[in-house]
Amino acid sequence: MTSLRISSLFPRTPDGYIAFGLGAAACLASGILLLILIFVFGEAWPALRTIGVVRFLSDGAWYPTDGAFGLVPMLAASFALAAGALTIAAPVGVAVAIFRLHYAPGWMKAPYRGLVLLLAGTPSVVLGLWGLMVLVPLIARIEPPGASLIAGILVLALMIVPTVAIASEAALESVPRSCWSAANALGLGREAALLNVVLPAAREGIAGGILLAGARALGETMVVLMITGNIVQMPDGLFTPVRALTSNIALEMAYATGDHRASLFVSGLALTLLVFLLSFAAGTGRRRRHA
Amino acid sequence: MTLGPKDEAAGEGAAGYTVGPMLAGPECCTPEPVIGVRGLAVSYAGVPALKHVDLDIYKGCVTALIGPSGCGKSTFLSSLNRLTDLVAGCRVAGRIEVDGVDIHGPDVDVQALRRKVGMIFQKPNPFPLSIHRNLDMPLREHGVRSRDERESRIRAALSDVGLWEEVADRLDEPALSLSGGQQQRLCIARALVLQPSILLMDEPCSALDPLSAETVEKMIVGLRGRYTVVVVTHNLAQARRIANFAAFFWVRDRAGALIEFDTCQRLFEAPAHDLTAAYVTGRSG
Repeated sequence: MTSLRISSLFPRTPDGYIAFGLGAAACLASGILLLILIFVFGEAWPALRTIGVVRFLSDGAWYPTDGAFGLVPMLAASFALAAGALTIAAPVGVAVAIFRLHYAPGWMKAPYRGLVLLLAGTPSVVLGLWGLMVLVPLIARIEPPGASLIAGILVLALMIVPTVAIASEAALESVPRSCWSAANALGLGREAALLNVVLPAAREGIAGGILLAGARALGETMVVLMITGNIVQMPDGLFTPVRALTSNIALEMAYATGDHRASLFVSGLALTLLVFLLSFAAGTGRRRRHA
Repeated sequence: MTLGPKDEAAGEGAAGYTVGPMLAGPECCTPEPVIGVRGLAVSYAGVPALKHVDLDIYKGCVTALIGPSGCGKSTFLSSLNRLTDLVAGCRVAGRIEVDGVDIHGPDVDVQALRRKVGMIFQKPNPFPLSIHRNLDMPLREHGVRSRDERESRIRAALSDVGLWEEVADRLDEPALSLSGGQQQRLCIARALVLQPSILLMDEPCSALDPLSAETVEKMIVGLRGRYTVVVVTHNLAQARRIANFAAFFWVRDRAGALIEFDTCQRLFEAPAHDLTAAYVTGRSG
């Protein structure tokens, strides 16, 4: 019979104490996350109750002090930014991983990985600075004003390439060596082995990494705040200035009150749920792979 | 010339499974060398693993490589299809001829060589793809365009390893969902589907449970005559059951060396060398 008492989960042995400590830390972390969610939901509730979910989607514009609460243009901008960044970063990230693992000469592997990690660790505000001073003026030369959807997409892509690359590397490396020997023994060349065996075998891990990178792009605030122009409008072209949900919160939170403030929490809640959904999808992909 | 001790075993083995059309051909082996090895020496990062090996492998026969661990049997095996090329720091000296062609020659196409000389590993290593794709993909990569031909070769190979009956209705399931023995037979089918003439097997049964091992062993016996098989085994009883010829390797001067090569029967019953006698009777190794 298995007992369900907590004490039997954590017996009084060194192992038991360690298990208890780890369990407590895990509970604390997830508990805090839950509290944050509850708090955000609590703050958003007045708006959800008095304004209603429908109006957030149906109001044409965002004039929260005049009673117009349309989030759709900003939702669309957030999605366009994330999708655009992924379109660039996903193939580049996978290519980076494949290059480092299978094509880079031996001496280059370690420094190259360092470079990828450095890019992963670069504060987004620094990337934003670079975007603002270098990229935006360049884009402005093609089509003013420069601060636009495409500027955001490019810098976000740069930011999430390492996420895709690191996840893809892990997935590619977890393909057993024996698969390579088998492929070689069958007279398959490196490209054939990569395309037909290794990439399909790593597919779900790579997809998980891409989803995670998408979640990161969706949630990024600083970069988009600095270089996308912050005008609330539908993203109808690459050179259109847009405002993402995240930057909206950062821009207006300081002075918002009442329904305005609550509706910012609604957009925060929506973002959180979207990111959770993406991370969850990424997680299921990985679990299936290891099943 | 006497061949292996149990030529009749081929008949026994054949009864247990379907032999596909691909296997149609002569039953017996002919004492005609198909692989000729002269003065082979292999070293890893300067450390010799194998020295001065001269050996002929006969066409259509099963040749067992026996000897203790670390005596260079597996190294010898993987130098035959140049899989040693992939090991960093590995150097191969000497001459290996397959069908009279020096495999280290300047215009040798390694991929074509490996297509002719198939290899089975100790641990079953099917690709993490469907059963069907495991066989279909290598065919496609080797330029077999016709879908009908691929399908018929896949069916023949699966029949040859006795797997067709077991998997015909679930070809699209993952190969990794098969049992260990089935996976190993799938790997053999994957080698057979490319229609090699030589099969190298590195302890093909040692990672399997006894029943699966027996099935695979019977299958190897069934391959005798149609394929030239070189098999590394630690199981002496198995070597006696399946092999026509046996080669005994031993560590000498800190490197593997070929001590004795003879028909399986003579090597086990009247070995010429003391080391062989001690090993096959279990007094050493």
